[in-house]
Amino acid sequence: MIHQATSPGRILPDRNHILSLVMLLLLVWPTTNSLHGQEATKSVSFRQDIRPLLSDRCFSCHGPDESTREANLRLDDPDSAYEIAISPGSVDSSELWARIVSTDEDSVMPPPNAHKPSFTPEELAKIRQWIQQGANYETFWAFSPVRSPQLPAPQTLPDRWSKHPIDRLVAQSFKEKGLTPAAEADARTLARRVSLDVTGLPPTRKTLHWFLELEQTTGREVALEQLIDRLLDSPQYGEHIGRFWLDLVRFADTNGMHKDFYRNHFAYRDWVIRAYNEDLGFDKFATYQIAGDLLENPTQDQLTATAFHRLHLIIDRGTALPEESFHKNVVDRVTAFSTAFLGLTAHCAQCHDHKYDPISQKEFYSLYAFFNNIDAQPETVARPKNGLQAPFISLATPEQQQKLDEYTNTIKSLDQQLVQTKKARQEVDTLLKDATDEQKEKLQAQIAKHKQDESRLSQQKRSATNARSQFDRNVSYVMVMKERKQPRPTHVLIRGQYDSPGELVQRDTPAFLPSLNPSPEGATRLDLARWLTAPQNPLAGRVAVNRIWQQLFGVGLVKTAEDFGSQGSPPSHPELLEYLTMRFVDSGWKTKPLIKHILMSQTYRQSSLATQTAYAADPDNTQLTRGSRYRLDAEMIRDQILLTSDQLVNKLYGPSVKPPQPDGLWKAVTMIGERYQADVGDAIYRRSLYTYWKRGMPPPQMTILNAPARDACIARRERTNTPSQALLLLNEPEYLKAARALAEKVLQQPKDQRIVFAWETVTCQRPDADEQKVIRQLLTEMKTRYQASPELLKQFGDDTKATPQLAAWTLVINTLYNLDITKNRD
Amino acid sequence: MSHASHLLESRRRFLLNSGMGLGAAAMSTLIAPQLSAMPSLHHAAKAKRVIFLFMAGAPSQVDLFDYKPELIKSFKQELPESVRGKQRVTAMTRGKSKMVAPTKFKFQPQGRSGLWMSELLPSLQKHADKLCLIKSMNTDAINHDPGKLSFCTGSEIPGKPSIGAWLSYGLGTLNRDLPDFIVMPSAYWGGKVNVQALYSRLWGSGFLPSKHQGTSFQATGDPVLFLSNPPGVNREIRGTMLESLKQLNRKHFNELGDPEIETTIAQQEMAFRMQASVPELVDLSQETKETLEMYGPEVNNPGSYARNCLLARRMAESNVRFIQLFHRGWDHHSNLPVHLQAQCKDVDQPTAALIQDLDQRGLLKDTLVVFAGEFGRTVYCQGKLTHEVYGRDHHPRCFTAMMVGGGIRGGTEYGKTDEFSYNVVENPVHVRDFHATILHLLGVNHEKLVFPYQGLDQKLTGVEKARVVHEIIA
Repeated sequence: MIHQATSPGRILPDRNHILSLVMLLLLVWPTTNSLHGQEATKSVSFRQDIRPLLSDRCFSCHGPDESTREANLRLDDPDSAYEIAISPGSVDSSELWARIVSTDEDSVMPPPNAHKPSFTPEELAKIRQWIQQGANYETFWAFSPVRSPQLPAPQTLPDRWSKHPIDRLVAQSFKEKGLTPAAEADARTLARRVSLDVTGLPPTRKTLHWFLELEQTTGREVALEQLIDRLLDSPQYGEHIGRFWLDLVRFADTNGMHKDFYRNHFAYRDWVIRAYNEDLGFDKFATYQIAGDLLENPTQDQLTATAFHRLHLIIDRGTALPEESFHKNVVDRVTAFSTAFLGLTAHCAQCHDHKYDPISQKEFYSLYAFFNNIDAQPETVARPKNGLQAPFISLATPEQQQKLDEYTNTIKSLDQQLVQTKKARQEVDTLLKDATDEQKEKLQAQIAKHKQDESRLSQQKRSATNARSQFDRNVSYVMVMKERKQPRPTHVLIRGQYDSPGELVQRDTPAFLPSLNPSPEGATRLDLARWLTAPQNPLAGRVAVNRIWQQLFGVGLVKTAEDFGSQGSPPSHPELLEYLTMRFVDSGWKTKPLIKHILMSQTYRQSSLATQTAYAADPDNTQLTRGSRYRLDAEMIRDQILLTSDQLVNKLYGPSVKPPQPDGLWKAVTMIGERYQADVGDAIYRRSLYTYWKRGMPPPQMTILNAPARDACIARRERTNTPSQALLLLNEPEYLKAARALAEKVLQQPKDQRIVFAWETVTCQRPDADEQKVIRQLLTEMKTRYQASPELLKQFGDDTKATPQLAAWTLVINTLYNLDITKNRD
Repeated sequence: MSHASHLLESRRRFLLNSGMGLGAAAMSTLIAPQLSAMPSLHHAAKAKRVIFLFMAGAPSQVDLFDYKPELIKSFKQELPESVRGKQRVTAMTRGKSKMVAPTKFKFQPQGRSGLWMSELLPSLQKHADKLCLIKSMNTDAINHDPGKLSFCTGSEIPGKPSIGAWLSYGLGTLNRDLPDFIVMPSAYWGGKVNVQALYSRLWGSGFLPSKHQGTSFQATGDPVLFLSNPPGVNREIRGTMLESLKQLNRKHFNELGDPEIETTIAQQEMAFRMQASVPELVDLSQETKETLEMYGPEVNNPGSYARNCLLARRMAESNVRFIQLFHRGWDHHSNLPVHLQAQCKDVDQPTAALIQDLDQRGLLKDTLVVFAGEFGRTVYCQGKLTHEVYGRDHHPRCFTAMMVGGGIRGGTEYGKTDEFSYNVVENPVHVRDFHATILHLLGVNHEKLVFPYQGLDQKLTGVEKARVVHEIIA
């Protein structure tokens, strides 16, 4: 059994342990080798096999960074490598080979003090073969232009694997490697998989049955296509796909530093959902975000999109140094741009040249120059209204604006009345000095009356002001990008220190990528956006397509979705990634057709079950010989519970909502005495992407299940399986209420259909006889227990519906919600 | 297919599905655990566990530990240019006069070792011979958010794992029924001004798998989130329900062969055990009257620092690896003497009790207790200045941290500051050196506790060179 909770993590072993490991592997090497005999004769690819090794073990001292380069040797540059370390065709005369196999501590590479793992025997074999074959350097794959691959001829595989281009590209290595794909998943599994992948929600029983019946009459192909079209057309698609983008750009509801003020910024989320639903091409999606403000007569949407540059953490004025805050904001912007659009870790070149990728520190600051000319203070005011920092725009509807104006007028008029009353009182006050006793009494009565009026007016003003700001919270605002007229000069910052300016630099893109085509008056962010989305840009399309693949398979074709650089993993199917990228760009960067194309492939439709032999041949499924199975994201787990219990309120857009959470979480961290005030009614049944996201303390229902804190750009979430997750799914009071809601529906069914109804509603499958038996027994036992303990039963509510039967069924549904098959997508 | 062989094969499937993105660099770890060739530690450990008492807001070293008797002569005089140098100060005191504010509190040498300590810490004074005061601590951060973040994660930029998460990842767990890393923020404190916010990223797992993140214990309600059964469910019902759940999950495991299902079953069982073990852990009814009295009257109030100290001892006994307390309210820009006194009243007796309690139970020798804030405070005054009333701004250039137990040499002082407690003049200890030293005491070489992320072998101590302070280790 695997005990995740007790497995130790990765500690690099001491050197002698590595050596013993190598020795051990050398002993088993011949056997392992003979298993993969075919591979040994295959030529080694520099991109796939060699560059990742050199990058990891060698580049930090023999790579792009000039300041740490040793012996003037660059192993990322063939000229330098051939001159000093590698003789193409001969390992015996290659110094590199002598060094990496050396057993002498003083000459072995990587040296012990680098704390890098030594090369394994398999790795050594590959390097040896590469040198023998001529040590051919190819341009790094991700930086070369995208090329349309030759589609392999239809295979001699089963019919269903012969036509679809994706299948042809995936299956081309099957024969050579002796692989057999898994069977197609059954209709129920497939319907649930497609529905979860496209909308983040499982199918309702109604949709499931519609699909099953349609399949009976039209066949799988047609039925599936109709289902996919229907799902892609539903507004829930944009909510689901948009959520991945919101992780990537660290969208949240608070400012994330110091007092962590609420930020009224949901307009950006609304725009993202809408952009996906309308399938705005990804080129436009990117351009609006990067430079929407620089387009001619920008629309409200195009301006809203530029909030992309404002999603970073921002501090309120008072303690930090504004020039330091300014620098941090700009670095955060460059990081977001390069992670989200280029899949590069450009921020690594902030203090020094990049260790692995050809980005110099100077080039980092040339990128920085595009983002540092914002016409704004770097910090919010001490108590920012709506948490916003100018420039921002109001997106109030005409009705909302009218209402706001009404409030403003009311407040203004109350103010005037207050001033008048006060003045009147002061006048009486002056009279009081010279008044007789008799007059005094009268005057004092007047004063009392004025005071009463004042306090009433102040009270009215307070409540009007409160009402206005309450109303204002639901009005949409969004921070936008705006250029200063006079561009700020940009310097390289020495060692990344904001107060150590070095050489002056101009806006530009890194030299290893296609060159920028700047406007005559100087390069702009719009030029940068056009450069990014030009067909010859090698990264934008690949990175975007890979993320979609990752969302549909759990793992990208490039596993490191956030890093397409030298230290990232090479693509498992390079030609497939090229093909999909070409198709994506040619289609006008449309996401919906891309998703549909992938979902219709046999590759996607495989069952996750495989025979023993198939497992052995493709143990980690890199060859895509079976479907993938993995745990749903936090939001999907909660949304699934809401949908299946028929509680989900499918309202689109709007301000974030606060479903109940355990007491005291905010109180334990806040600086300004905030308390979490849960919403009531429909608001607590909205989809999870609308849940209020306080960066200081994000909702535990989400973070316990691996949702990121949204304070840094995250291109992929990890998935763990922990006791806290078990506690959450077993005990969350709202989830138990949902179980009760579904139990009530179950009890409306005919008695003999209840178990099937409940099981199918939650899992999309029909329970077999064994499963039904377990449920029946549980039901009986629960009923007996609740009959025996009326006290416990009372806790389900004092309504007449709270019968032992309902309580028993609630626990059954609670069981179904905790099944592994329920929280997984298969 | 036999059960066992199926499991072995699909272990790989588990690795793929866990989505941990295994790059080439991580491949070796796929092989190694099966060969069991990995040593669990890099060298013999002095400490098994850590209790980290984090004084959020930054207590004043000038008034607590770093005694400068001559300062009184400089009262209200401008801090000399030569001392101040050209480094940055905060936006609050930039461009303002910087007049020296000597401490109003009395210092006395304590114990056989003669460590100088302030009268504000009468209980801790009694343990002077067990303490090590590092007076030459320094950090890069000048404001709370980056300061706390770098003290807790080694980086001012969000997204890096906290120390506790690194240790959970590197060393695994010491017990089966409790988390490896527990966090307890105080629910209230004496100094009521300027109480800086906490952020869950201070105990987050950053790019490490999130099972390594700190579990925050709540002062009210369930100590662990969602620990209690919801209304209408008791332990017997939950037990029965879990039995059926296990039968069904087991059946699905046999059909699907995904070992992740086995993990789900194991974690549901663990959750059930935690429902018993956690309430037991926080139940103080078995503590003697003497013990409770030792921690002081506040020990009876949930969320107090005193109660959290006693809980920390109980957790140390139960072998929780890393226990971190956060006590807020140390940010004394004005009227420092009043607020500092109140804060010290919160922490002095309970901290001393914790040391004594651990010692009596034989736990201090392998439990490292750390007491520190994110930076120090300026010798010059912010706001009103008299002999009795003054405030102090943030000061990253020097501050004092305290370490006790867990292989630390007691009764020692390390590092020196100038006569103004402004600059380090001897044996500087940067936050990353401090981290390296903590790891070292736990048997871990900070250069070798790594995780590949964004193309780098990431470390707690970052890319700059860090040094283990061997001089303070017994």
